[in-house]
Amino acid sequence: MTMRLKPSIGRDTQFFWDGVAAQKLLIQRCSGCGKLRHPPRPMCPHCNSLAWEAIESSGKGEVYSFAMPHHPPLPFFEYPYIVALVQLEEGTRIVSNLCGIDPSQVKIGMPVEVFYESFDDGVVLPLFRPTQEKP
Amino acid sequence: MKNELGGRAAIAGIGQTEFSKESGRSELQLACEATKTALDDAGLKPADVDGLVTFTADETEEAELARCLGFPQMTFFTRVPYGGGAAAGTVMQAAMAVATGAANVVVCYRAFNERSGFRFGGSGMAGPMASMPLWLSWYLPYGLLTPAAWVALHAQRYMHEYGATNADFGKIAVVDRKHAATNPNAWFYERPITLEDHQKSRWIIEPSLRLLDCCQESDGGVALVVTTAERARDLRQKPAVIAAAAQGSAWDGEMMTSYYRDDITGLPEMGVVAKKLWRDSGLTAADIQTAFLYDHFTPFVLIQLEELGFCKPGEAKDFATVENLSLGGRLPINTNGGLLGEGYIHGMNGITEGVRQVRGTSCNQVERVEHVLVTAGTGVPTSALILRRE
Repeated sequence: MTMRLKPSIGRDTQFFWDGVAAQKLLIQRCSGCGKLRHPPRPMCPHCNSLAWEAIESSGKGEVYSFAMPHHPPLPFFEYPYIVALVQLEEGTRIVSNLCGIDPSQVKIGMPVEVFYESFDDGVVLPLFRPTQEKP
Repeated sequence: MKNELGGRAAIAGIGQTEFSKESGRSELQLACEATKTALDDAGLKPADVDGLVTFTADETEEAELARCLGFPQMTFFTRVPYGGGAAAGTVMQAAMAVATGAANVVVCYRAFNERSGFRFGGSGMAGPMASMPLWLSWYLPYGLLTPAAWVALHAQRYMHEYGATNADFGKIAVVDRKHAATNPNAWFYERPITLEDHQKSRWIIEPSLRLLDCCQESDGGVALVVTTAERARDLRQKPAVIAAAAQGSAWDGEMMTSYYRDDITGLPEMGVVAKKLWRDSGLTAADIQTAFLYDHFTPFVLIQLEELGFCKPGEAKDFATVENLSLGGRLPINTNGGLLGEGYIHGMNGITEGVRQVRGTSCNQVERVEHVLVTAGTGVPTSALILRRE
């Protein structure tokens, strides 16, 4: 896999992709009430504050849900591939790919961790793999 | 807040083209044909029409339709967003318009070549998109780019939490195809399936959605004529009175990808709609004799049964037996065959079937129909309505 659809980047999401380029997984935290949110947006729905900062996620989480698309075939994916909805330790969720695992072994609740992969045209994406046991 | 919409408006005419895989004509022509048929059905003339409502997703301009039909003037036109979630919403807007006097006769229409033209379920979104919408940037780079795939992340979590299986989803497909088999207008007329057929169909999204869990893609058009209940009484057909109609969105929702709520096994938008429908109409789920539950993907039919109060959360897999949901059962659903069996006209063909059930003219007629519930597209901000006999 060398090619991926290139994400659009807007004013509200620039920081996230800048973080990915620097191999950091960033989460928006409201400066008003401290609640985290993803995907990024300009206003906190809890307190309506426009002030926020980005915190760095540990990159660790667990599989909250998953899917293996088969059809329609996409030229730039090797099959099978796994789309995972990952619940990060910090509490927010993010959609990504789960790599480095036999699809039949994927279980909801399994621990995963982020890594970064570069594709054609300067695209860098945060992807996930099963948590590596530390020796 | 007192609801003043219920009972004020009615669907007085319905029209549709054939439902096919390649219509061979323009979307504008399909819209024209459906609209003229609906007006003829009601016994009204183009000159009587002074309002139009369609989906934001529809390609046919109101002015173009008016030029073709020859509407001399209009005083009301609007559109409803969120794909198939708009279906019943168009009727709600029309009902509000005629109830307030903004217009007298409003046509709601939806026409597309969704199979022979741009397919929602195809890989078209993987083509060179001039600008990927920001919200899709969280999904498309990872290969999550069809409605089926978006639904699958919800379906998989639902299976995990409640122990539902893909075979439970398959029961909806069996019911739809059973009803389509006796509807001559259905694409799958005389072609019922068994649960075994369903279980043998290939994975579209493993391990939650098989081919037969996904609705068709279709070409076709549907139009509905809405006017006041009073005027509808004097027209050609038995009126299908709009007892209640509601739109709904819910906390932290996205367009098909509401993955960030505490619980992603429900369809809270439909919960909002249901609560409003029951409150406004004074009815309960027990008062509904038949329903059209939007069936673009089978798992969301089960979840709708829960949100609408036909059963409790997680219990739809037990409630939704083929027997219960078929003609003659406890709650016959999608008696035209649904989007899976009849055709995918973005939910508008569920409303026409609801009207036929109220009139008593469905080819799969339910006995003693007093109230019919029709829902619109799910996974998005949505809508629904209750039709009743005069």
